[in-house]
Amino acid sequence: MKEKLTPIPSEPEVQRDAHYLKLSGLEPLVITPESNFVNVGERTNVAGSRQFLRLIKEGNYEAALEIARHQVEGGAQIIDINMDDGLIDGKEAMVKFLNLVVAEPDIARVPIMIDSSKWEIIEAGLEVVQGKCVVNSISLKEGEEEFLRQAKLIRRFGAAVIIMAFDEVGQADNYERRIEIAKRSYDLLVNQVKFPPEDIIFDLNIFPVATGMDEHKRNALDFIEATAWVRKNLPYCSVSGGVSNVSFSFRGNNPVREAMHSVFLYHAIRAGMNMGIVNPALLEVYDDIPDELLTHVEDVILNRREDATERLLAFAENVVGKARESKADLSWREDPLQDRITRALVKGIDQYIEADVEEARQSVKRPIEVIEGHLMTGMNVVGDLFGSGKMFLPQVVKSARVMKKAVAYLLPYIEEEKKLQPELEGSRQHAGKILLATVKGDVHDIGKNIVGVVLACNNYDIVDLGVMVPPEKIIQRAREEDVDIIGLSGLITPSLDEMVFLAREMERQAFKVPLLIGGATTSKAHTAVKIDPQYSAAVAHVNDASRAVTVVGDLLQKESSERYKKNLKTDYEEFRDKFLKRGKQKEYRSLKEARENKYHIAWKASDIFVPRSLGVQVIEDFDLRKLEAFIDWNPFFRSWDLHGKFPGILEDEVVGDQARELYEDARKMLKQLLAEKRLKAKAIFGLFPANAVNDDDIEVSVPGGADTATKAGAGDNRFVFRTLRQQLRKREGVPNMALADFVAPKASGLQDYVGCFCVSTGFGTQALAREYEQKLDDYNAIMVKALADRLAEALAEYLHMEVRKVHWGYAAGEHLDNEALIGEAYRGIRPAPGYPACPDHLEKRTIWELLGVKERIGVELTDSLAMWPAASVSGYYFAHPEARYFGLGKITEDQLADYAGRKGIALEEARRWLAPNLAETVK
Amino acid sequence: MSRLTELLKERILLLDGAMGTMLQRYKFSEEDFRGERFRDWPQPLQGNNDLLSLTQPRAIAEIHRKYLEAGADILETNTFSSTRIGMADYGMEELVYELNYESARIASGIAREFTAREPDKPRFVAGSIGPTNRTASMSPDVNDPGFRAISFEELRLAYREQVEGLLDGGVDMLLVETVFDTLNAKAALFAIEELKEERQLDIPVMVSGTITDASGRTLSGQTAEAFLISVSHIPMLSVGFNCALGAKQLTPHLEVLSSKTATAISAHPNAGLPNAFGKYDQSPEEMASEMKEYLEKGLVNIVGGCCGTTPEHIKAMASLIKEYQPRKIGQPEPTGIHHA
Repeated sequence: MKEKLTPIPSEPEVQRDAHYLKLSGLEPLVITPESNFVNVGERTNVAGSRQFLRLIKEGNYEAALEIARHQVEGGAQIIDINMDDGLIDGKEAMVKFLNLVVAEPDIARVPIMIDSSKWEIIEAGLEVVQGKCVVNSISLKEGEEEFLRQAKLIRRFGAAVIIMAFDEVGQADNYERRIEIAKRSYDLLVNQVKFPPEDIIFDLNIFPVATGMDEHKRNALDFIEATAWVRKNLPYCSVSGGVSNVSFSFRGNNPVREAMHSVFLYHAIRAGMNMGIVNPALLEVYDDIPDELLTHVEDVILNRREDATERLLAFAENVVGKARESKADLSWREDPLQDRITRALVKGIDQYIEADVEEARQSVKRPIEVIEGHLMTGMNVVGDLFGSGKMFLPQVVKSARVMKKAVAYLLPYIEEEKKLQPELEGSRQHAGKILLATVKGDVHDIGKNIVGVVLACNNYDIVDLGVMVPPEKIIQRAREEDVDIIGLSGLITPSLDEMVFLAREMERQAFKVPLLIGGATTSKAHTAVKIDPQYSAAVAHVNDASRAVTVVGDLLQKESSERYKKNLKTDYEEFRDKFLKRGKQKEYRSLKEARENKYHIAWKASDIFVPRSLGVQVIEDFDLRKLEAFIDWNPFFRSWDLHGKFPGILEDEVVGDQARELYEDARKMLKQLLAEKRLKAKAIFGLFPANAVNDDDIEVSVPGGADTATKAGAGDNRFVFRTLRQQLRKREGVPNMALADFVAPKASGLQDYVGCFCVSTGFGTQALAREYEQKLDDYNAIMVKALADRLAEALAEYLHMEVRKVHWGYAAGEHLDNEALIGEAYRGIRPAPGYPACPDHLEKRTIWELLGVKERIGVELTDSLAMWPAASVSGYYFAHPEARYFGLGKITEDQLADYAGRKGIALEEARRWLAPNLAETVK
Repeated sequence: MSRLTELLKERILLLDGAMGTMLQRYKFSEEDFRGERFRDWPQPLQGNNDLLSLTQPRAIAEIHRKYLEAGADILETNTFSSTRIGMADYGMEELVYELNYESARIASGIAREFTAREPDKPRFVAGSIGPTNRTASMSPDVNDPGFRAISFEELRLAYREQVEGLLDGGVDMLLVETVFDTLNAKAALFAIEELKEERQLDIPVMVSGTITDASGRTLSGQTAEAFLISVSHIPMLSVGFNCALGAKQLTPHLEVLSSKTATAISAHPNAGLPNAFGKYDQSPEEMASEMKEYLEKGLVNIVGGCCGTTPEHIKAMASLIKEYQPRKIGQPEPTGIHHA
């Protein structure tokens, strides 16, 4: 036999690169030690890009794809896709978008990072992508078992994974915790799941430096050092992170931020950070950073001096060119008078306004000219900036504060002039007079106040009648003041009916002024279908302050207003027609069928926990300081028309600066509120034996009976909660739920329990807000109310936790951070009457009677069943592990009649309260 | 299966050739396909080659035997389309387990027979797992690029069923082949990993993709390297390419794989490119001479034939490969690294 031929070995480099991180789209991405930093594109992230969020919400996937394409063309080597937003179905959106992405070869050539905090979305994403993806992210937050389960599946899907430095205790925020969690995660992955170590990417949490807080000084350095440790001790893994976080404190000062990013990256990359999210527009070349700036920035990043932050702050003022406003930089005070006034208005600086206005007053003949000249010139700039999206609501409210102060300063001079020369036309020329009111029975006014302030900024004269304004008063004052527009606001559903009533009244009394409708429960649909037909003059639904300005402008524009009003009418008419004829008619089950299809719980004694303390308890004067950590900031930003998810919103490309400033102001105010104890918090709650009866009722027995102030319901010491049942016909196997399904039925023979509660942090809010209003400070007046609302929600969350852990006690071992609390990752629910699971506000009366809410803590119910003070929350407690939130949806006539019968009220009264939930009858 | 990995280091292993090409020689009629058992089956069955394992098992056994006589080390089971997705065309979804089980049983019986006769040249059976006729990451409708005719989950379940039959029927390894959409293959690998875990079984897996044309990409658009990366998350006995191209056209893509992985590499190309009548007519000698380049460059560890190849082709390859050393393969490193 011949000698075998030996092939020339092409000596594959394969042995050497066996442990490189390799990813793929249609094309490979191999990350070697020599690779440059890998840049992840993140504009296809609903949390990071408002534009992308909007497109996804609108279902405009074609345009959303363009964003992805743009990023890849712009050099992103991986694209991060995130669909985590409360208002979209994340799983569906993820799958749909990915299916479209993979059909576009010029996008799909790069690997995809599937980004979600929800495992089911990650899994759905992995099922539709052929290439090797990166999962962003998993962590030990929910314990080892879940972590390993997810890791194993990720491996089976053939993806790499980002591990957040997060564990059961919380997020790693120092060197030791970072390496502790990284090492533990790594060992678990590599040894227990056989996860390829090169497929592990750590996100070691980049936190801001130079915040002024001592505990943040080492944030960058700890990250860098932890990165070095991880790369040295955990072979083959990668380190990633979102870089812009580090320069958070210098928002608005791009030269400094750019330098901070480059310096941070320079050191982090040297330590082994090899991929991450960096905005290329915000990056200076390390070598191009001027020496002095470099020294100062490195001092901060590497924490080289005690006073590094102060020195950088001081130095930042001098960074030539684009440096941001600062208190210390007073060079603008040298500018001409009009520029100073304009600047003070635009920036909301009230420090010097009186001096400037005085200077202006001396330069003109009549004091009114300062308002009509200097101040209006400045306010026009504010209006233009706001109109073009370059200024945001909180800034405008601050501008208004300066304006009010200036006008207040001038008023005595104007009065004086009037006295001396009564023949002169003394009053200021307004663009129009607008009456605003929160309707009868409703106490919510944050949105209305903001609209008022913004309109005032635009030179409208505002007649604000406040809250709970009866219709006759609105009409009377509108007559007396001869207003040009009436604006109605309301937050709770019964307010919708008040608005309809008022529209009808205005028609009857032959009013012609346009009617504006706004507030959280209002909608274009309701306005078009229910209000507009009642009133022959113009009706417009306006749900944010910036739109209010344009709509009011159009309505009062002398030349074109008639055409505008006509268009408005036609628009609403068409909308109404379309709405009424829209799509497929939904199908409903009869109440009987729905009850047969109830949510079925297999009742076991072991799932029922006897509360440790039964009966009613009152908490007087709760210490609000405990609540700071429990605040959900998302609704707060929404109330100021800033959209985005907290804390990401603070970093938002568009509203980030503004959100951060607002957040700082809010924190400052909160600190003051807590320190001065100006707000009082009270809470009441009770836990009672209860059973579900007759399908949809919950019978509550109050031991001793005499405990309550009044009596209602089925007997001396019996109360009955009446719940409503879903009737929409859904696909087979999906139940029609009612809250009563979560309580053991009497027939089960098991004694179950329910609770109810009311909390309020609103005591003192009104007085405080009024103080600010008197100081012409609407900004802080609104702020106080918005914060009180947040505190009330936080107190409800806190109390629920206390109830779970202590008073009811079924979750004694629970340990959750705020994010998990807001995400409701716990057992048990606390649905509130007036909200989706139980939209009937009338149920509040039962809670009030059962607990004696008014008598014991002083929270009252208005005619429309709004709670007063406004910053209050009430609801039920259900503890069964399967209890969950749901939306009732629409119900039909049979349930309405049944419900009225059960409650013992007239059918028409029931109809009035449940109107928003009644299915339209087929015509 | 240490014997198999040992052998892979010692010599180049030989897969068998085409099953379909050989079956054509029998000119089976509709009645032959039906046999006794499916005489009254409502759908036409001619063309359901996998069914022949039940209705004409002797023919299948005969073909297997011819390939082993020609020198093949590894037989492929007659199960390329034996999933409930492929069998839906014939209404035979419920027969999937049996088809796989029987095909595996026939092949492994013959392999055992040959091994007993020639203990120095053990023969193996690879359970053939085809791509199905649906694509999980492409839309069949050009006007609706987001649409999918099959989901990962449906594929996973279908492959699970197939693999259970193959395993119970006694295959020595699994061959996920003719991968034109990597997502389909990932669903197969997912199902295999699940079963490996459930049965505490370490069965070797071969993965073989298909480069469809001169673009050098799979039908679903991946380059050879991207394909390699996308399937490398599970331990593979070998990775390679088959079908669509002839031996010569496959060379550059094998070079890519060879330079990018330490895993053994397989190639079972077609007998050239199809002629004007859609037939493969490359002679055994021509095909073997084209394959010589693989061997000279040290690109492969396993060779064999796909469409149009016959026992004669396999025989020509057998005499060629004994002249050459196999490509060097890396020590598949255990993934668990103890660093502490």
